[in-house]
Amino acid sequence: MFQTITHTPQATRSIAAQLAELLEPGDVLTLSGDLGAGKTTFTQGLAEGLGVADRVNSPTFTLIREYEGRIPLYHMDVYRLGEQAAAEDLGIDEYLYGDGVSVIEWAEYIESLLPEDHLQIKIRSLAESEREITISGQGDRSARIVEELNRRCRI
Amino acid sequence: MGWVEQVRQKYRRDREAGTPSLILGIETSCDETSAAVVRDGQEVLSNVIASQIEIHQQFGGVVPEVASRRHVENVTPVVQQALDQANVGLEDLSAVAVTYGPGLVGALLVGVTAAKAIAFAKSIPLIGVHHIAGHIYANFLAGGLEPPLLALVVSGGHTELVYMPEHGQFEFLGRTRDDAAGEAYDKVARSMGLSYPGGPVIDKLAREGDPAKMVFPRAWLEEGSMDFSFSGLKSAVINTLHNAEQRGERLEPADVAAAFQASVLDVLIEKTVLAVRKTGVVNVAVAGGVAANRGLREQLQARAKQEGFSVLFPPISLCTDNAAMIAAAAYPFYRKGWFHHLDLNGYASLPLTEWQEGPFLKLHE
Repeated sequence: MFQTITHTPQATRSIAAQLAELLEPGDVLTLSGDLGAGKTTFTQGLAEGLGVADRVNSPTFTLIREYEGRIPLYHMDVYRLGEQAAAEDLGIDEYLYGDGVSVIEWAEYIESLLPEDHLQIKIRSLAESEREITISGQGDRSARIVEELNRRCRI
Repeated sequence: MGWVEQVRQKYRRDREAGTPSLILGIETSCDETSAAVVRDGQEVLSNVIASQIEIHQQFGGVVPEVASRRHVENVTPVVQQALDQANVGLEDLSAVAVTYGPGLVGALLVGVTAAKAIAFAKSIPLIGVHHIAGHIYANFLAGGLEPPLLALVVSGGHTELVYMPEHGQFEFLGRTRDDAAGEAYDKVARSMGLSYPGGPVIDKLAREGDPAKMVFPRAWLEEGSMDFSFSGLKSAVINTLHNAEQRGERLEPADVAAAFQASVLDVLIEKTVLAVRKTGVVNVAVAGGVAANRGLREQLQARAKQEGFSVLFPPISLCTDNAAMIAAAAYPFYRKGWFHHLDLNGYASLPLTEWQEGPFLKLHE
């Protein structure tokens, strides 16, 4: 497990950008945290690290957003899809097993579609601008990414 | 004879004949499939819109894969209906215009492919149109508007102040640094437990509330900045709701909506006034989905009257995505003889300022 506390949105973005450097096409990340915790901020950092030039917005109107970068980034918010997300053919698995990095908010609704090996990111709001970021891995590849992240961020 | 040469001859013939131009517009960038026929950039002969809102409402937002599939089903009948209602055939068209970005790439490709097929089969010019330029040009359909003008673009994905010195040319004066105004509306609506899409619901609720019951921040940014920021406002509203809930207090939803809307409108309006003062441009056109907001319409009109500039809103029916605005935006390019090649592609992101850069197939008169 990797855990850190950030005090500014820039610091949150920087952690995400460092994580991005370790990612490869096909990696899947779940992202949880309350509204306003900084999920979009974290994803912006990931996008930066993946070489995405566009500004990342939250996937509010469009539930799945695609960004072109060194590695494409797929950002989805499954909250509103609820239970039907996994039940209907919405093309979600095409992203998960596609050529990019997938970041999923409210992934609990598509638990059955997720690859076994994936990273879980939790952002908790401690105070006005203080955030606790926890990154844990499920599966071998994710465990290696977490280990490497710990090594890099401790130095 | 190749396609380019055939198009060149057709364009020459049409311009020499001096008959009015008929442009077929196609728009499939998000969740409406639309086709329209517009005469000389202004007269809407037809504007057919097949909305997918019902299907996406089930999901609470637009699902790209579902949108693309619907566009594929809809595009041919919608184009046919637009031609029928305008009482014209493909042979009568002067050009075909299509939204090529920004938007959902899979959705854009449906319209772009349909437009290219028509342009190729009938040897007529093809014009790719920037979606936001289209929204700005919705204002030209009412007639009487000429550049230079300022455009306030406000929608779910955009909040921008644009200077348009002449047709087809755009410069950014200011843009949002985080959330778009429409996005803030939707997030706030969501945390208040209101239905999707949140903008119209909050606008309506705000009319019943008292904006003075609570005060939310206004992000003016640096002195003289024409940029926007709505992320802090969104968080402030959410915090207020949470805090009240924790204390067991009940806030009147109408008052929250009114105070939130007052904060958004205040910033939108004053930044527009600043842009008018800085540029000396006296015509302001509002574009995008939030242009349908009644509060914005009334308050910006009132402020414009005080300041002595004129402000135009498209008719409500042309505020949302439609193909008539796409055909209208293509018209100045048609006049100049600037067209796209058949390798036109769809782009998820496409800066407005890049549209004028082409690459174009220039068939000067």
